[in-house]
Amino acid sequence: MNISAYLDRFGLLAVGLVAFAAVLLALYGLAELASRRDRNRAVAFVFLAPAVLFLVVGLVYPAVRTVVMSFYDAKSENFVGFDNYVWAVSDPDALQILVNTALWIVIVPLVSTALGLLYAVLIDGRAGERVYKALVFLPMGISFVGASIIWKFVYQYNGAGGEQIGLLNQVVVWLGGSPVNWLNESPWNNLLLMVVLVWIEVGFATVVLSASLKGVPTEIVEAARIDGASPAEIFWNVTVPSIRSAIIVVAVTVFIATLKLFDIVRAMTQGHHGTDVLAHNMVEQAFRLFERGRGATLAVLLFLLVVPVVIYQVRNMRRQELETR
Amino acid sequence: MSTRTADQAARIGETRGERLRRVLSSRAASVVAIVIAALWTIPTLGLFVSSLRPDEDIRTTGWWNFFADPGSVSLYNYNYVLYSDSQGGGLIINLINTVVITIPGVVVPVAFAAMAAYALSWIKFRGRNLLYVGIFALQVVPLQMALIPLLSIFSSGLHIGGVTLIPAWDLEGVNTLIQVWIAHSIFGLPLAIFLLHNFMRELPGDVMEAARIDGASHSQIFRKVVLPLVTPAIASIAIFQFLWVWNDFLVGRTFAPGEATRPLTAVLGDMAGTWGFGWTRLPAAAFIAIIVPLVVFLLLQRYFVRGLLAGSVKG
Repeated sequence: MNISAYLDRFGLLAVGLVAFAAVLLALYGLAELASRRDRNRAVAFVFLAPAVLFLVVGLVYPAVRTVVMSFYDAKSENFVGFDNYVWAVSDPDALQILVNTALWIVIVPLVSTALGLLYAVLIDGRAGERVYKALVFLPMGISFVGASIIWKFVYQYNGAGGEQIGLLNQVVVWLGGSPVNWLNESPWNNLLLMVVLVWIEVGFATVVLSASLKGVPTEIVEAARIDGASPAEIFWNVTVPSIRSAIIVVAVTVFIATLKLFDIVRAMTQGHHGTDVLAHNMVEQAFRLFERGRGATLAVLLFLLVVPVVIYQVRNMRRQELETR
Repeated sequence: MSTRTADQAARIGETRGERLRRVLSSRAASVVAIVIAALWTIPTLGLFVSSLRPDEDIRTTGWWNFFADPGSVSLYNYNYVLYSDSQGGGLIINLINTVVITIPGVVVPVAFAAMAAYALSWIKFRGRNLLYVGIFALQVVPLQMALIPLLSIFSSGLHIGGVTLIPAWDLEGVNTLIQVWIAHSIFGLPLAIFLLHNFMRELPGDVMEAARIDGASHSQIFRKVVLPLVTPAIASIAIFQFLWVWNDFLVGRTFAPGEATRPLTAVLGDMAGTWGFGWTRLPAAAFIAIIVPLVVFLLLQRYFVRGLLAGSVKG
């Protein structure tokens, strides 16, 4: 490796950080000036300007532009009306993507939340609870790409004879079966990709749900027990309703992460063998196939799917706030 | 104080947990818990073991054979992926890209978000609530909505009605990393502002009032009163953003597309996707990318969990 490649990068970093420090100093200076004259509006403007500028130029304008682009053709030159949307819901390949996405956003949040709840209940108060929690929480620190590589080795298939080097196929062989090329087996390969995301999200679900389990008042549980409720009844009628809002928050958070999922599909199958999903295909359309109109349309669909869920969550949170008051 | 409440919580949890556990017999519960813990650990362990085995061993036998017959253990793979000039090597440059992307990618949005959150919670001005709701709502916009237009702003500028608001940047080579800084800063802002606003709003108003009466300006209060008080919150948000930027695939790949400027995760993602020549180097390469956030994550887990709970449960 030549040293100038290192210098280039660290030089850029140094220049960038110095420039940023200069911007911060200038902003503080301006804020100080405005403060001395006791002009709240001006101070607020200085404090908010960088964030608002970034958000307007980098998020608000692009989002509006993307909506406009979704009504234009591949090169954003000719208006095509709803053609791209018609394509998204009628083209067989596009339909496959929508079906896959639908499966993902139903199965992953459901399984992640259920497994997280189960695990949180199982380890609640058990000796070594923190270690149990840490082991499952660990994948949260691993990137989607890292997790995909980890699982790709688990699913690896050796069809040329000789030993299996993927753990899953080895287990199959040990049980007397014959190895399978898992990632090429549509539609089941979709489930195997979902396993990777579930593997990451269960840790999140466990930590949040475990914390809220600790908040369930013991008096209520005690009272239910004295009234002769069985443990299962206590679980479904006392525990679950008490942590209901935490369960919803977990499911919604995982739902949104699932919807935006790009990395796992990219690193596992590149969307081949019937595994493509909305967020991945959006990038394929926009940057590899240069179908900007279609890419933009898929991005808009993504947005439309997130909105109702977030509105639901905000309502849920507001009701919760009112209840605690 | 926090340890005492944790103890209390644990004691309360114990009695209730025991009751719940009678749903399943205690032994079955143990087995299930251990199976889940094992399933969540073994795949990572396998990758780590593979990364230490010679090329030939990875190709021919499963990593579990290592425990029966360790063979040779070496860091050769690590050396190869970082420094070799051959295919699948030389990733040190991509690791450096990741570092160069990550530092401003965390510092810039957190600093700007802290300033914005302060203004939104403690400076009184007209339209404050409206602005806050607007920023809150932006969390809904998936970054996929912004990719194509933002990239075109960088490459050909922003023109509205023949007026050039932003000229084309025409960045090339290493300088494209600047685009990644800016993209990460933009996409990190809504959540960071939202979380920091939640924390700052909770600060006691009389402290601010006292500082105001003593003649402190807003920028002084921000620096000397508010920032020290919200340091734990800033830490947890910085960890979020750090994990997000370091582990990111899509943004780095889109805004610094050149082979020599991609961050490590982006290179790995495409290597794994094609699974071509040199897949036996992937375990070592992946582990280099994984180990840094994992260590940070383990050391600072407490802050991370606090941020997680504040962001998701309290809202």
